[in-house]
This record gives sequence, structure tokens and C-alpha cells, in this order.
Amino acid sequence: MEIILAFVIGGLYAAGIYMLLRRSLVKLLIGLALLAHAANLLVFTAAGLTRARPPVISPGAAALQIPVSDPLPQALVLTAIVIGVGVIAFALALAFRVYRVVGEDDLDRMKSTDT
Amino acid sequence: MVNHGLVLPILVPLATALAALFSFKSVRAQRWINLGGAAALMGVSIWLLTSVWRNGIQVEQVGGWPAPFGITLVADSFTAIMVTLAGIIGLAGAIYSIVTIDTYRESYGYYPLYHFLLMGVCGAFLTGDLFNLYVWFEVMLIASFVLLALGGERGQMEGAIKYVTLNLVSSALFLAAVGLLYGLAGTLNMADLAFKFGRMSAAQPPGVMTTLAMLFLIAFGIKAAIFPLFFWLPASYHTPPVAVSAVFAGLLTKVGVYALIRVFTLLFTYNVAYTHYIILILAGLTMVTGVFGAMAQNEIRRVLSFHIISQIGYMIMGLALFTPLALAGSVFYIAHHIIVKANLFLISGIVERLSGSSELKKMGGLYRQQPVLSLLFLIPALSLAGLPPLSGFFAKLSLAQAGLATGEYGIVAVALGVSLLTLFSMMKIWNEAFWKPLHNPEPGPSNPAPSSPPARSFLWLLPVLLLATLTLVIGFGAGGVFMLAQRAGEELMNPDGYIQAVLGSYR
Repeated sequence: MEIILAFVIGGLYAAGIYMLLRRSLVKLLIGLALLAHAANLLVFTAAGLTRARPPVISPGAAALQIPVSDPLPQALVLTAIVIGVGVIAFALALAFRVYRVVGEDDLDRMKSTDT
Repeated sequence: MVNHGLVLPILVPLATALAALFSFKSVRAQRWINLGGAAALMGVSIWLLTSVWRNGIQVEQVGGWPAPFGITLVADSFTAIMVTLAGIIGLAGAIYSIVTIDTYRESYGYYPLYHFLLMGVCGAFLTGDLFNLYVWFEVMLIASFVLLALGGERGQMEGAIKYVTLNLVSSALFLAAVGLLYGLAGTLNMADLAFKFGRMSAAQPPGVMTTLAMLFLIAFGIKAAIFPLFFWLPASYHTPPVAVSAVFAGLLTKVGVYALIRVFTLLFTYNVAYTHYIILILAGLTMVTGVFGAMAQNEIRRVLSFHIISQIGYMIMGLALFTPLALAGSVFYIAHHIIVKANLFLISGIVERLSGSSELKKMGGLYRQQPVLSLLFLIPALSLAGLPPLSGFFAKLSLAQAGLATGEYGIVAVALGVSLLTLFSMMKIWNEAFWKPLHNPEPGPSNPAPSSPPARSFLWLLPVLLLATLTLVIGFGAGGVFMLAQRAGEELMNPDGYIQAVLGSYR
């Protein structure tokens, strides 16, 4: 399972970086979202995947029976997803405003503040 | 030592922001809340600094969960100094905002966002946990995104897109690095990580550790604007209103530097000769590219933006040398730089307003009109270049001494050369804006008439005066401030005290 996820994460990173390098504003945002998803999956996978072993002490037992699935990375990913959704929502609104103000979708034409 | 007051630098701006949100309709009320909140934050931060100075490292386990499991807030001397600087800049920016921010921005939530930004900054300084650091970074970033874009002018929009994109890329890298680190060590509490790495790094494959170190270096390096990663900064910092620029210039990149210093003194010290040498090279390149970039610019805030980059080089130079004196020099440099740089931005706002343009070529004659302002400009400008007896001189002196003591003569030469070029750049602003006579007096369409100073111009100069006085105080009282910085440097070099304070009973 880790192998499959490793390929999925690699693919997401590649697609995200490719989209970031496009000139269109909307594709830039898609790229950012893909990067965020890749990072989330990476956090999820890096901590190790354990199937069907909830971290709950079963009735009658005195302690947890190793191995259990670690709940912390899932909590981290959940937090990161929520943050990511908020940030992408803001970025979409910003992109809309940028399009209205600048009248362009082409990042190469937004150079008036560059040095 | 447990101290429940550590939540105050986070709670005070939160309460201020919420109070300002509840009085959203009344801009007058928001102004007063803004002032009161910023003053309260500064009071709290000074209290924190004194209690850390008296009683050593302070720790708070939020919710009572013991250290590696719960949310930990830690304040060692470095943190306390940074929080105090955030309080000072917060107050200066709050006063300046009242005079200069237009009613349109004020009535669309400028003040709540400003205090959410301060909350994010203080949270990032205080947290003792890497994932919480990520969360505080995001709090700080989203507030800074909106502050940068609020107003919707074309320059702001273009700057915001670049700022948002590069900062989000950096956050994604940071999150990935945090995930991999958790997979390696099974904890994200910084003290716990330092404890575990201190014992196991010899047995671990160093390749993974070095990869992680470089991921963190890139993620924080984008936020700190070090050499190949700084392009978002000069493209965006000159676009928002001056009060916003000044607070960003003073505080935001320094949060990145803070995170770099924290991570590379606590976690990645297993192979200093390799990792810190890379940082040393980057420090030199950052100084040089920043100062050359500044020399090519002709707008006052663009010049100052590039100088932020070159100054970041000095701060990470102290980290790269990695001796107690060098780290003390870094801390001193950060303290000096935050105050001076924010002040220069505030003055640039006054200058732009008085001459009706941001182009240095269209300015002039300000020395004749505003002798007091000219003097107030010279103090931070000469301090930035490092002229004695101002604060920048002592900051550079301690870094140069540390460099000579470790035998890194190359970086010392670069640092001294760059400070000479900084002096050149500051003199360019002085000559163009203040000294040369104004030669195009007739206002036209390409040449708008200078707007008059706002009604409460005393309030306008008050933050500038406050920060200039602080620069002089740091310069003339350098011994006392340096003792504080030295203690921070020693605490950073010997993380045992930090680990002991956080984990205490658990280990």
C-alpha cells in the first residue's frame, strides 16, 4: 500500500509543479491545491499505514496491543486539510479580484511590480 | 518553570481582534481598540521578557497535558526578545495606522486583521511544537495575505499573487518535512525531538537527516527570503500601505529567520560542518545579492526592500558560524534590524507623502522643509549601515568578531564590504530625497502636487520618534542589550536547558 501511495504522491507533486509553471492564473491555483494534497498524503503515509487496528484498548485487555494505527498523523492531516481549504478559498477569491483588476489571466503580463 | 502567563501574548491580540470585529461598524471605536490592544501587547511582552530574565526558561503546557503529548508553549530568552520586538513594532505600527490608513481600508477590517497578524507572529515565536509552528505560520500568512491585498490596487494585486503563491509553496514543503520528520522520530515536540536526535543521530542514516534539514532550510528560507528564494519580497513589499509594509518588513521575514535558528540549533546539529557550511555560503550570497539589488533601485521602498534581504544574510551568518558569540550576534542583529527597518519604512511613508511620489528622482529639498524628520531618518539609516555608536555597529562588530574567532575570514570580508555598500545606498536616499534641492516645482499630471501632512501629524512622527529613540538606546546601552543577547546565544548553543525545562518531569 505504501508503494502505491508513494507513486500517487510523486505523481501529485509532479502534476502540481507542472501546473505551477504554467502561465495561467487558474492553473497556478490548481497547482497549489495539488501540492497541498501531495503534502497531506505524504504526512499520512510517512507515519506508516496500519490496517484495521484502531488505537482503542479492547474490552478486557489491560493495555493497547501493538501494532496499532497511529491517530496523530491523521489528526495532523485533518488540520492541514482544513487550513488548506481555507487558504485555497482565499486564493481563488484573490485570483478573481486579480483578473478583474488586471484584466489578464497571463502571469507573464503581471510584471509592473517586479524589479 | 511553569508560567500560565505565556498564553497572554497570544490572547491579547486575539481579544483585540475580536473586540474590533464586534465594533465593525464604528471605525472610531476600532481605532481606540487597536491602540489599547497594541499597548497591552507591548506591556505583556515586556513583562514576559523580565520574567524570563529573572527566572530562566518559562514553559506552559496548555490544558495540563504533559510535554511531548500536549500543546507546549516555551519562552527562552530568544523567544522573549522576539515577542518584545513584536510588541514594540505592533504598537508603532498601530499608532502609524491610525494616521495613515484610509477609511476605506479601516472600514473593511484592517484593524482586526492587523491584530490577527500579531497573534500569528507571537504564536510562532512561543510554540514549542513543529506542527503548531506550521499552524501559527498559516494564521500569520492568511492575515498577511488579506492585509497585502486589502484595497485592491493593481500593484497590490500583482504583488499579492506572487507573495501568496511562494508562501503557499513554502508551507506545503514545511508540511511535507514535518510529516517525514514525524515518520522518522515519532514526535513533533521540539524539545523531545532534540532529546531523541541528541542520542540517536549517530545510528540513523545521515542521508535522511540531511534531506530533512534541507527541506526545512528551503521551507523556512522562502519565508526568511534567503538567497535563491527571495523573489517574492521585492515584488510585493512596496505595494501595500506603508504601515503594513513596515510591520511586514520588521516582523514577517524575521519569523522565518527565527524558525531557521530554532530548527538548526535544536534539531539539525548532528553534522554542523556540512549543514551550517551551506547556510554560511547562502548567508554570503544573500548579503551580496540583496545589496546589489538595492543599488539598482530608484524607489525608496524598493531600495529598502532589497536591504531587508541583505540584512537577512547577516542574521543567518551568525547561525552558520554556530558559536555562542555568533548566535548572540545574530540575536542582537535581529533586535537591531527589526527596529531600524520598520522605522525606515515608516519614514519612507512620510517622505512619499510629503513629496507626492515614491521615485527618488522626483524628491528633494526635504532637509530644508523638515529638518527634524531628516535627523530622524539619519539615525536608522546610519545605524543600518553600521556606523558607531548606533545599534548596527555593535551588531556587526559581534558578528565580525565571531567570524574572526572561527577563522571564517571570507564571510567577514563580505559582511564588511556589504555594510559599506549599505552606507552608499542610504546616502543615495539621503542625497536624493533630503539634500538635493527640489527642481521641478510646477505640479502637472505626471507630477502630482505634494499632499499636505495629515491633521494629526504629531501622531505621525510619534512611532518614528519611539523607534529612533530605541535605536539610540540599543546603541548607547549596547552592553546591557548584548548581555541579554549573549544569554540567548548560550541558551541556543546548549539546548539541554530547553529540553529540561520542557520535558522536566517526563524524562
